[in-house]
Amino acid sequence: MIHARFRKNLPPGPASPGFTLDVEVQAPAGISVLFGPGGSGKTLILDAIAGFIAPDEGRILLDDEILFDAPARVNLPPRARRCGYVFPAGALFPHMTLRRNLAFAVEHRPRLERHRKVNEMLERFRLVDCAGCRPREVSASERQRAAIARALIGSPRLLLLDEPGRGLETPLRAELHAILRQVRADFRIPILLATCDLKECFELADSMLVLSGGRILQSGPPRAIAERPASVEVARLLGIFNLFQVEIAELDPQRNLSRLRLGEHLLSGPYFPGKLRGDRVWLCVRPEQLSVAGRDARPGPNQIPAQLERAVELPQSVRLEFAGGLAVEISRAEFEQQKHNKEWLVEFPTQALRVL
Amino acid sequence: MPVWQGGGFPVIWCFMPLDWFPLWLSLKVAVAATVLSLAPGLWLGWRLRNRQSPGHGMLWPLALPPTVLLYYLLALLGAEGGLSFTWPGAVAAAMVQAVPLLAISAQAAFERVDRACLRAARSLGASEWRVFRRVGLPLARGSLLAATVLCFARALGDCGLTLIVAGLMPGRVSMLDAAVRRAVESPGGALARGLALLVSVAAIAVLALAGRLLSRRVAG
Repeated sequence: MIHARFRKNLPPGPASPGFTLDVEVQAPAGISVLFGPGGSGKTLILDAIAGFIAPDEGRILLDDEILFDAPARVNLPPRARRCGYVFPAGALFPHMTLRRNLAFAVEHRPRLERHRKVNEMLERFRLVDCAGCRPREVSASERQRAAIARALIGSPRLLLLDEPGRGLETPLRAELHAILRQVRADFRIPILLATCDLKECFELADSMLVLSGGRILQSGPPRAIAERPASVEVARLLGIFNLFQVEIAELDPQRNLSRLRLGEHLLSGPYFPGKLRGDRVWLCVRPEQLSVAGRDARPGPNQIPAQLERAVELPQSVRLEFAGGLAVEISRAEFEQQKHNKEWLVEFPTQALRVL
Repeated sequence: MPVWQGGGFPVIWCFMPLDWFPLWLSLKVAVAATVLSLAPGLWLGWRLRNRQSPGHGMLWPLALPPTVLLYYLLALLGAEGGLSFTWPGAVAAAMVQAVPLLAISAQAAFERVDRACLRAARSLGASEWRVFRRVGLPLARGSLLAATVLCFARALGDCGLTLIVAGLMPGRVSMLDAAVRRAVESPGGALARGLALLVSVAAIAVLALAGRLLSRRVAG
């Protein structure tokens, strides 16, 4: 269990505006993903926990051991923290073979034990064949595996991974995710992983922390965050929502109904507790929750006409982009049926509507 | 008058019993100063890199007028007796300039080492000394070699401080540059030309070696 609560102030420099990181991170055994755009402070959090930078205030606890405590002036050096750290490009020592890279982490152990540990790790991470090669002589995925093996060989109490999937092709990324799931099952330590890839979050995360501008906006299981983003900011960061400013025109708690004014159209939605009539709120709905129909079809409730700008082919579906930034995702079969529509109606299912 | 026309210069080279002592002494002092400067220079460079401070204050021995440094050195080594006017004294004088020079170039060399590698080593439980020895030194090897060669060249050709501390006492210690000076003042001038040529060849050879090491570093 890692529990870190700290503040770090980076004064403005010639190349960058100032930045303040103010976070509380709590992660039990399992994979916790730090999700955020570049420059949101993900790496800074990992660096502070690993001991590469000293926060200004706060404390960092790992399994009840104090790694950092500003008031008590405790600041363990990185070598005493026993945190495995996997750097974006692996950061294997280029002048050593993979075997020597792994052995570096257990050099203080007795000879036999060291040998056994290195061999065990080489086998577990399928590196036996290339153990005698230098990092630049092996493939990217072998380098990645070796970096993870090296970080784990000293039995760390915490594993930190900084964008491990960066620069890997899609199949290799899938392999990496499989390895990380295996690591989660085998080692039972907290794993903190920084990424800006939402798919990676959903693939791996037991819990997810949404980070922006040095603050944590929301945390929880990824599914829950995607269902119920806490704010417009979170919804924007996830990038999977249609977001529109609407006005609440009517609220009826008895019939669990509301009416939302979107431009000149009225949409019916569920009752929104805690909101008032006349409030201007953000309507938040995922593209795959919407459906489309042709103009000539019988107009149903909650349909508004929209101007199609383009249809984007995705691997598993088709994304229709309408004027005004409205996006709808439908299956390929559905698109084949409808692609000759001259005019389009977009239907907003009542229960899918959510306001922020 | 060009060297090759000067009063029987090759003849003198062949038949005059040339006093090789100044050359050997210069080499000895330069090698000793370089070897002794290596450990403090490299470690200092390493510490400076970690501090992330520019460390240009280190260069003050190079910026001071030689007379001022001479004053400090003589006070430190003992003007009469002590180390002054002996070859270890010359080594000490050369080191005063060699160590900061080496530290600054070593700092630059260490700064080019991938920071992630050093951090990885630290997070794997390595002590500062082990990070320095097992990761920092090998990864900066090429640049450090070149820095050492330049430091050696400087110690070999140093005609400021070393000259004053050790070289002005003919009969006791005679360094190469001091020998050239005396030869220039002596009648004839051929010996001066010969010695000057010798020193130039040695200097060019050292610089060529440094250049090769540097270019190999860039290519690798």
